[in-house]
Amino acid sequence: MYAFEIERPNTIADAVKALQSDGAQALGGGQTLIPTLKARLAAPEVLVSLTGIGEMQGVCLSDDGALCVGAGTTHATVASEAAAHFPGLAELASHIGDPAVRNRGTLGGSLANNDPAACYPAAVLGTGATIITNTRQIAADDYFQGMFTTALEEGEVITEVRFPIPQKSHYMKFVQPASRFALVGVFVAQYADGVRVAVTGASEEGVFRWHDAEKALAADFSDKALDSLSVPADNMIGDLHGSPAYRAHLVKVMTGRAVKAA
Amino acid sequence: MASVTMKVNGKSVSKDVEGRTLLVDFLRNDLRLTGTHVGCDTSQCGACVVHVNGQAVKACAIFAIEVDGAEVATIEGQANADGSLNVIQQAFQDHHGLQCGFCTPGMVMSAAALLKENPKPSEAEVRSYLEGNICRCTGYHNIVKAIMAASGQDVAAIAAE
Repeated sequence: MYAFEIERPNTIADAVKALQSDGAQALGGGQTLIPTLKARLAAPEVLVSLTGIGEMQGVCLSDDGALCVGAGTTHATVASEAAAHFPGLAELASHIGDPAVRNRGTLGGSLANNDPAACYPAAVLGTGATIITNTRQIAADDYFQGMFTTALEEGEVITEVRFPIPQKSHYMKFVQPASRFALVGVFVAQYADGVRVAVTGASEEGVFRWHDAEKALAADFSDKALDSLSVPADNMIGDLHGSPAYRAHLVKVMTGRAVKAA
Repeated sequence: MASVTMKVNGKSVSKDVEGRTLLVDFLRNDLRLTGTHVGCDTSQCGACVVHVNGQAVKACAIFAIEVDGAEVATIEGQANADGSLNVIQQAFQDHHGLQCGFCTPGMVMSAAALLKENPKPSEAEVRSYLEGNICRCTGYHNIVKAIMAASGQDVAAIAAE
């Protein structure tokens, strides 16, 4: 690892200030960034640790019934504290990585990184959540812009995510057996005014919505509604774990299973 | 360099560290607590699991400075006050839950975290909790048996698959 300084601010305002210095980078739970630093794939001059910021921690319900999760909240905390309000999200959080990773990794860190095989982007896009930063609110549909690419500006910090709570939801993940990341993961959410389906792990473009399935499931929320649909293999990831055609097939299978389990 | 203070196995320690010093290197190199192992150093194998404020974390994926002010528990603090093995450690010995022993400190620390959260886990829950702890010798069966036994459950029924 190259050498760097660490700042440990206690407020969002101080973190934003610290991030304005040259070569500064935000550090969430570090479960991706620290291995990246060890591999010398990143060389920040200053790391601004966000884990000590109290106002970015915790899970609560807003007045309009959305679930608000502080960006610094760990997966383990979401798994336990969101369970009563939004079981689909709690269940997703409880299967990210392994227990030790879940005790450190954070929602904001996952979203800022936008790994194409991460779980949280599927829930955020699959609920049409709102990403709140120190400067603005970003709709999930505008936030994800391809593999490891997001709408965040330099120095912008995710502070909170607001999830509209669905009537029914489920996340179904086909685990890549070595990394435990999603080979394909599908989040399905049913609302009074429609259904959203978001897919992670599969596409070269990162997380995406499967609009055909959303329409079919809005008319009939059952796995049979997917029977006549197929997912094109264009732009699907192909690697030693699975071909593009295999991933495309898994998208449909995992969507069906998610609907059944919702 | 910055000063870091923490309580390790109940004892307060204070040292100067670089920003990039990992907790596991701090424990091993600065405190000479070499029971916490570095296996993969890419936060996958779990040999470096310790508890920070009671929670299992991978000590190779957290900076020492982030633990400032916290309580840290390592394998060195697990034995009973008289030096005898604690219930989990003894169960690992009784059920042959280790061969080379390299992964064992992490396994014991993960098991301790699991049993605190879930005092009577099912076999499936034990296996699922150990997802982030890799053992290349035992095939896991005896580790799972040891943890079930440490939780006071009958392990005769747990067959090797």
